[in-house]
Amino acid sequence: MGSREGWLGEELRRRGISRRELLFFCAGVAGTFGLPASAATQIANALTKAKKPILVWLEFQDCCGNTESFLRSSAPTVGEVVLDLLSVDYHETIMAAAGFQAEEALKGVVRDSAGQFIAVVEGSIPTGADGAYCTIGGRSALDIARDVCGKAAATIAMGTCATYGGLPAAAPNPTGALGVADAVPGVKNLINMSACPTNAANITALLTYYLTYKRWPPLDGFRRPLFAYGKTIHDNCERRAHFDAGQYVEVWGDDAHRSGACLYKMGCKGPVTYQNCPTVRWNDGTNWPIGCGHPCIGCAEPDFWDRMTPFYKHLPAVAGFGAGSNVDTVGAWLTVGTAAAYAGHGILKGIQNAGKKPENGAGPPGDKGPAGKAGGQS
Amino acid sequence: MSHVVVDPVTRIEGHLRIEAEVDGGQVQDAWSSSTMFRGIELILKGRDPRDAWAFTQRICGVCTTVHAIASVRSVENAIGAKPPPNARVLRNLIMASQCIQDHVIHFYHLHALDWVDVVSALKADPEKTSALAQSISDWPLSSTKYFAGVKTRLKDFVDRGQLGPFANAYWGHPAYKLPPEANLMAVAHYLEALDWQRDFIKMHAILGGKNPHLQSFLVGGMATPVDPDKQASINMGSVARMKELTARAKEFVSKVYLPDVLAVASFYKDWAGVGGGVGNYMVYGEYPETDDDKPALFLPSGVIRNKNLGKVEPLDPSKITESVKHSWYEDGKALHPREGETRPRYTGPKPPYERLETAAKYSWLKSPRYDGEPMEVGPLSRMLVAYGSGHKRVQELVGTVLKSLGVGPEALFSTLGRIAARCVETVLLTEKIDTWVDALAANMDKGDLRIHDTGKWDPSSWPKEAFGAGFHEAPRGALGHWVHIKDGVIANYQCIVPSTWNAGPRDGGEKRGPYEAALLKTPVADPKQPLEILRTVHSFDPCMACGVHVVDVERRELARVRTP
Repeated sequence: MGSREGWLGEELRRRGISRRELLFFCAGVAGTFGLPASAATQIANALTKAKKPILVWLEFQDCCGNTESFLRSSAPTVGEVVLDLLSVDYHETIMAAAGFQAEEALKGVVRDSAGQFIAVVEGSIPTGADGAYCTIGGRSALDIARDVCGKAAATIAMGTCATYGGLPAAAPNPTGALGVADAVPGVKNLINMSACPTNAANITALLTYYLTYKRWPPLDGFRRPLFAYGKTIHDNCERRAHFDAGQYVEVWGDDAHRSGACLYKMGCKGPVTYQNCPTVRWNDGTNWPIGCGHPCIGCAEPDFWDRMTPFYKHLPAVAGFGAGSNVDTVGAWLTVGTAAAYAGHGILKGIQNAGKKPENGAGPPGDKGPAGKAGGQS
Repeated sequence: MSHVVVDPVTRIEGHLRIEAEVDGGQVQDAWSSSTMFRGIELILKGRDPRDAWAFTQRICGVCTTVHAIASVRSVENAIGAKPPPNARVLRNLIMASQCIQDHVIHFYHLHALDWVDVVSALKADPEKTSALAQSISDWPLSSTKYFAGVKTRLKDFVDRGQLGPFANAYWGHPAYKLPPEANLMAVAHYLEALDWQRDFIKMHAILGGKNPHLQSFLVGGMATPVDPDKQASINMGSVARMKELTARAKEFVSKVYLPDVLAVASFYKDWAGVGGGVGNYMVYGEYPETDDDKPALFLPSGVIRNKNLGKVEPLDPSKITESVKHSWYEDGKALHPREGETRPRYTGPKPPYERLETAAKYSWLKSPRYDGEPMEVGPLSRMLVAYGSGHKRVQELVGTVLKSLGVGPEALFSTLGRIAARCVETVLLTEKIDTWVDALAANMDKGDLRIHDTGKWDPSSWPKEAFGAGFHEAPRGALGHWVHIKDGVIANYQCIVPSTWNAGPRDGGEKRGPYEAALLKTPVADPKQPLEILRTVHSFDPCMACGVHVVDVERRELARVRTP
């Protein structure tokens, strides 16, 4: 192969992927972003000319779930090619090298490509015990994060743990776990991809956006891309008509449950969760949690392990509940419910993200009270 | 004498550090350390036990179903909930598809690069590669043209000068023994398996809404409705989809994975004499086939000591204890924690550090023991216990593998034995899983649409105080959760996890854990490139995030244990 310019175009041809198929894939990506269909051509053109930017993927207090999700990227064949768009120079779960040689790979990127590489962080960063709650090669996660993210052109916090601290930061936060924004303040071009884990479709879409436009997408107040976090689950839920019609699941496995009625009374957090699950779905569009009969647990939201639990307790009573109800009011009342939940647990914790809120997300409680009892199991 | 440190051990889940003394071309001693702690059991205290599965599920995103299963079983055991037959079958399908997918990923994406030299594949002759592939399998992707395409793709990748995840590895190491053609075939299947796993795991999307972190578990059953006549339920369309996915899994595993394992192993038969380890094997058993309190299990429970396949002892969980002598927890109350809470207490070197203090405490893992002895858990243990218990199909499959390699049963107690056993289990499960799809369809046909024991959902139906235990055979081995519920919330929660059994440090009596014991006498050609250490450690399929917990083993609770 001669010039590296255009290698992907050649590769696509060799792999028998036609321009038409590529455009079809790109139209799907454009759809994920909410872009017009005409953007597909622009994305396809940019993809076939792209060189491979360097990406390093750091794992700290993680479960590897975001990595596994990344491996599930859909659109077979073309999806694989999209992975080839990047040079993944450090990723402990997949890299061949280990130990000293692995550390050298990371050091090499930080030394030789400072200011030019993308850092992904998966997992929270513990600040307790002088960093001893997570060390790699004898270095603390905090030390590594400061070094690597500090020199990255952009940092993607992948998953709720890297974004807000997630599960390790749930009360009583035994290890002093923090998300990237709090552990390494001032990181350049931070993108938060909260969710547990991040949907492969959104990972692919984010990277494709960057490779196509050479810039990052517009973000909400939590630095989350609007293409994936711009609307609530409830806004796009396939069961929304049942909510509006007052048709609810009350017992697991009853006729309403089997018929796909609304899961609000079973504890669904869809009304206060900003995420595109209902439209992109999961695993190549196969299904999604509400599609398989379980309520949304709000996994993309800050402190969801404390704010959205108990998971099976429904959201606080909603003004105008049922037909014509105002979802924003549900969001407003979440804060009240959260306070009650904390009290119920006997758990109190400083909310690290106090003062932050999404641009159009769950705000402070309004002056409207609950207009009627929602009923349910609590 | 060289002191070798491998940190990070890559191509595993989580953070593992191995320190080893190498002398005379062999490992003389080894220490296994887990270097990450989260404290999830501490986070669970005071919460609704019905939520616990979602918390514990996040212990691991690789084996993303296992802690959810163990958790709901432990709470059900405590409150007396009885999941109906559909829930049992749905769980069997979820567990088996997890195990199948996890094992394939382990072989191709986590372990293969220890045996397969990617750079050597560039020297392969595609025609000979095709002949090799066709001599071991009738898998259709085996033409000269196909392998030429893979080789060109690999060459272009290398020529671009950005080796990405393949940079800095041990290519050309003398311990790599495969001919270029076998390496090229393995590279092709590495790529195919990447596509296959993504496709097969749609089983979990059908049954659990998404993967990773399925979301259909409930204490008392499953949240996935079943109804052949409803479009929002598992219906005959879902059944047809699952039949297709399981059929393709069976084909891929029998025509690609198994032949590859046999082909690769035939070049590394010396590894049937390396990595034996502690020689004790423990299994809780799995895949309930009936709904009574002591259900018939597809894979039996049991304990084998000192590699004695002729004697499988019944499992007695009350014999489980653990030590914290070499673990970063407060001393003194490990055996009787009822008197106090086990607390994390880091006493190791302050990071950044070069060496751990291996004579003192050196890991976030504890050291579980059965009747005072270290136990290996995982696919090898399961296959050995099944073999020794007279499981016909396991005996046939193990016999076929041993015959193909021309080795005796003693070869199983090794690094190579773990790889073979994992593959045998995958074949076994791909043969079996389809019967559970059929069972689900048959049950729906009988009009049984129950998925949940609704009578035990409300906490008012629970005893004021209850203890429960939940057991599961995770892909990596025996997993146990113990819960203490008081006034409707979690008073205490404990997990003993497969990688804690396998990767734990020395115990109070200075007995090495299974990793440490297995590494003894492992050959190391070049201490600066400890490829052979990775081979033996990877053969266990480490999952470190799972392994680290605050575990309070309360003997009285353990005595109440029932297997799944």
